Amino acid sequence: MDGIKDKAAIVGVALSEFSADSGKTELRMSCEVIKAALDDAGLVVTDVDGLVKQSEDASDEHAITSSMGMGNLTYFGEVKWGAAPCAMVLRSAVAVAAGSAKCVVVYRAVNGSSKLRMIPSMKTSGQMSTSDLLQWTFHSPYGLMTETGSVAMLVRRYMHETDAKAEQFGWVTTVCRENGARNPEGLYYEQSITLEDYLASRIVVDPLRELDCYKESDCAAAFVITTPEMAKDLKQPPAVIRGCAQSMVGETERMNSYYRPDIARLPEVGRVAERMFRMAGVRPQDIDVAQLDDAYAPLVPLQLEELGFCGRGEGAAYCEGGDRIRLGGEIPLNTSGGSLGEGHIHGMNHVVEAVRQIRGTSTGQVKGAELALVATGAGGPAAGLILGR
Amino acid sequence: MSVEYNKEHPIPVPALHPDNQGFWEGVERQELVLQRCKGCGTWSHPPRPMCPKCRSQEREWSPASGKGTVYSWVTYREAPHPGFKAPYSVVLVELEEGVRLVSNLVGVGPEEIAIGMPVEVVFDQVNDETLLPKFRKAG
Repeated sequence: MDGIKDKAAIVGVALSEFSADSGKTELRMSCEVIKAALDDAGLVVTDVDGLVKQSEDASDEHAITSSMGMGNLTYFGEVKWGAAPCAMVLRSAVAVAAGSAKCVVVYRAVNGSSKLRMIPSMKTSGQMSTSDLLQWTFHSPYGLMTETGSVAMLVRRYMHETDAKAEQFGWVTTVCRENGARNPEGLYYEQSITLEDYLASRIVVDPLRELDCYKESDCAAAFVITTPEMAKDLKQPPAVIRGCAQSMVGETERMNSYYRPDIARLPEVGRVAERMFRMAGVRPQDIDVAQLDDAYAPLVPLQLEELGFCGRGEGAAYCEGGDRIRLGGEIPLNTSGGSLGEGHIHGMNHVVEAVRQIRGTSTGQVKGAELALVATGAGGPAAGLILGR
Repeated sequence: MSVEYNKEHPIPVPALHPDNQGFWEGVERQELVLQRCKGCGTWSHPPRPMCPKCRSQEREWSPASGKGTVYSWVTYREAPHPGFKAPYSVVLVELEEGVRLVSNLVGVGPEEIAIGMPVEVVFDQVNDETLLPKFRKAG
């Protein structure tokens, strides 16, 4: 199954500034960031013939095409949930490899801080889909109505089964903030923290602390995906898609997969790993740098296990002390800071950072990085990406 | 300790639907019933219109023992909804039938909760309209 290996490349990326209040509509942010990603690639708006959006995004494709004067789309569609960044790359790469489009733009803009996102459980039943109703009706009356609470349930069970400790999870946030402190574009520039700061942060939903969890921010991001042939003549060295995969398994729920035999695992990430490593023809030890879903710090050790960077139940110990996961370590993680140390744009910045690593332009550059991995969607449907030169 | 409510802010109530209403009708009778496949006997929760094991659409609501153990739990230190008084805990109970239910404990404080603790169902009238199945420590 070579699939789409080497048949598409990310040639342009852009990230708006992260802020607490953008003062702009999401549509304006999307138009600006798409234009910036095309400029980065050395392409123009009229080169674009495909658009892929996240299904919860505020701006539909027609609003983008009308605003930007994109004259001729031959491919468009949407991808759901937290795994979307890598899954949108997959959909774009499939389109490009099949010839349905030559130049696909992926975009996402969120005013997550200035305009709080709606929590699904707070919707009235008339506004909920049948599938949401099935799930939420058994959770909300008991007060389990936030993503943080949903994740905390899984984390408690993981701590019980593996003996993982908060002191070990804290190193994930500490290393992300160490990386974010080097990144002048992020929200936490020159604001590193210590493990003591982490342990002193307030408990939100026991066992999760404030510093385990991402903070909402306003931001937009876009990537441009095209064929390797077209990529040759563009402004930037291409980040070639070596492996890319998506996974949902039986008993996957959105963030509450409580009804399967073992809830303290991320089987979707395991399946993604299996597929994308096989497609790329590489092993975990060949990866130079990885951007993992760090919306919740304790889910990083679980991803390290599922991706094969360490064994089952060893993830938290692997992170302890930070040396294996920081710059210069065995597998440097979230080198621009990720959600915890740069800002939260639902994993879009993780893809942007992987591209920077391949180009050699990161503020946390891994010297000579040739293979960069991204994982999005920990705790529900998952997706992953391996980029190379 | 049990969950306490701010009565002036009603909590979200179960949203009934043809695929899940049998569960809540059982609760009205103070009976814990779970969905079971008439074809292969597999218990399902949350309820589904089709059996994920044998794909039969012949479903029935069968009485459950109401006994289980705490599989995992969390404690909200800040209430995400004005109807709940923090702190309160939410548990995931693994029932003898092999399925799990999200619920609350009655008469058990966060400091007492432990994974593996045996529990049994009770019915809690949380406000004038809503009865919820919850769990108490079993002997």
